[in-house]
Amino acid sequence: MATRVPVQVSDTARQPVASVRDLTRRFGERTVLDRLDLEIGRGEFIALLGRSGSGKSTLLRALAGLDGEVEGGLTVTDSVAVAFQEPRLIPWKRVHANITLGLPGKGAAQGPKERADAALAEVGLSERAGAWPLTLSGGEAQRASLARALVREPELLLLDEPFSALDALTRITIHQLVLQLWSVHRPAVLLVTHDVDEALLLADRVLVLDEGRIAHDSAVSTPRPRHRDDPDLLSLRATLLSALGVSPEGSS
Amino acid sequence: MSVLELGTPVRTEIRPGPQPSPAAQNRRPRGKAWQRWISPLVLVVVWQIASSTGLLPERLLAAPSTVATTAVDLVQSGTLLTAIAVSLQRVLIGFAGGGLAGVGLALVAGLSHKGENAVDPIMQMLRALPFFGLIPLFILWFGIGETPKVLLVALAVSFPLYLNTFAGIRGVDAKLAEVARTVRLSKTQLIRHIVLPGALPQTLVGLRQSLGVAWLALIVAEQVNANAGLGYMINDAREFLRTDVIVVGLLVYSALGLLTDALVRLLERRALTWRREFLSK
Ligand SMILES: Nc1ncnc2c1ncn2[C@@H]1O[C@H](COP(=O)(O)OP(=O)(O)OP(=O)(O)O)[C@@H](O)[C@H]1O
Ligand SMILES: [Mg+2]
Repeated sequence: MATRVPVQVSDTARQPVASVRDLTRRFGERTVLDRLDLEIGRGEFIALLGRSGSGKSTLLRALAGLDGEVEGGLTVTDSVAVAFQEPRLIPWKRVHANITLGLPGKGAAQGPKERADAALAEVGLSERAGAWPLTLSGGEAQRASLARALVREPELLLLDEPFSALDALTRITIHQLVLQLWSVHRPAVLLVTHDVDEALLLADRVLVLDEGRIAHDSAVSTPRPRHRDDPDLLSLRATLLSALGVSPEGSS
Repeated sequence: MSVLELGTPVRTEIRPGPQPSPAAQNRRPRGKAWQRWISPLVLVVVWQIASSTGLLPERLLAAPSTVATTAVDLVQSGTLLTAIAVSLQRVLIGFAGGGLAGVGLALVAGLSHKGENAVDPIMQMLRALPFFGLIPLFILWFGIGETPKVLLVALAVSFPLYLNTFAGIRGVDAKLAEVARTVRLSKTQLIRHIVLPGALPQTLVGLRQSLGVAWLALIVAEQVNANAGLGYMINDAREFLRTDVIVVGLLVYSALGLLTDALVRLLERRALTWRREFLSK
């Protein structure tokens, strides 16, 4: 008779994928991040809002381990993938080779080539796999950059405005894709966006960065799939807009 | 931080001269290509008339027809081909040695600040030397054989390649180096996939410049002392007032220069296909 062993949740499984304490970043006299605190739990989908220049990309760079000049405590998992604000494709590598760049060849169930093929198909770029990056349109380049991040199946996925160059239709498709990949692999996602509706449609938790700190932090518990005109979302939307310093239409 | 110091901004004094982009050079209004041949042909005809009428004495400049027959004679007797072989060999050996040294030193200086501190000051000092002025020293050190000629070519070649490759490495987009870091490329992979291909366009500019100087250095070296090669053929002809042979020699020099330049352009076109300009052609 087998006895049922209670499932042990190991400590590592409970640990956040990123934990930020008192993070400060100065550029000369300017303090862009000012003793910022943030914890990102495993599998959490977070949207980060904030005015242009509020330090969203700076925070992402710090989380990606690219900023050697931050002060404060920063503990981040090793398994991070980034889609930068600009696509940053390597111009002398064809799209497909950009996706496989740095992918480990061994150990994975599928080879890097097949995984890149799949990722390209998911973002709708299969036909452009052999193209040079300089010949891609803005939206295509952005999708390639997104595919390069997604294919890594990281524990923490940092996405810096990855949908900004997409048309409304493609954007909806890619939203679905990101949500679907997220529900399968459950990475923690930190998505920078300027679009409050996008944040509300996708994320479990919405943050607003202002004056170098997380000025606003609210959970979104509305079950997915969500609709823009869900009353809970509408009220949250108003709160977020005022946190961003925008007076929502219709009121005041 | 496991990556090269590429992210940190570096101030360097190197400003490779303004270079028209290869594509701009290749793009020429097509259409009546033959029209471009009219004026050179007229020039040759005028030159021939001036020579035939005695206006331009053979002692100063041989007639085009004489030059042509002399060229055929020189080819048939084998003199010209032997001379070309000797000169070409000097250029090739000098170019290979100087090129390897230039690119190698640029890698050392470009890939780390320690390397830069070790190599760059010396290269900048040497660069200030007028290297044709070194010929007397070279003759004292190496005699008048092949060594001083090859060395002069190597020296002349190494600087444009060093300066351009170094600037190319340092000019590689730090944002791409960041991508390499986020996808966890090792240092060797970073150099192979990002740094070297990123520096390549500038290295090719250096290659063209250095081929130009290579021929120049050879001509100077062969003028000063030579017992074989194109320069020797020209000097020898001067003693006998054979202006026709001199002109043939000069034409061969320039043909060889054009040929090597075309080779580099071919290389550029193959190596830089990723650039949009090359695709849209
Ligand atoms: N390397 C740098 N040197 C100096 N200032 C910088 C540097 N990087 C960022 N900054 C400044 O820090 C501030 C925050 O920049 P950041 O890129 O993080 O903004 P952002 O919130 O991502 O803005 P956007 O929404 O426009 O992308 C800006 O004012 C910017 O000018
Ligand atoms: Mg930004």
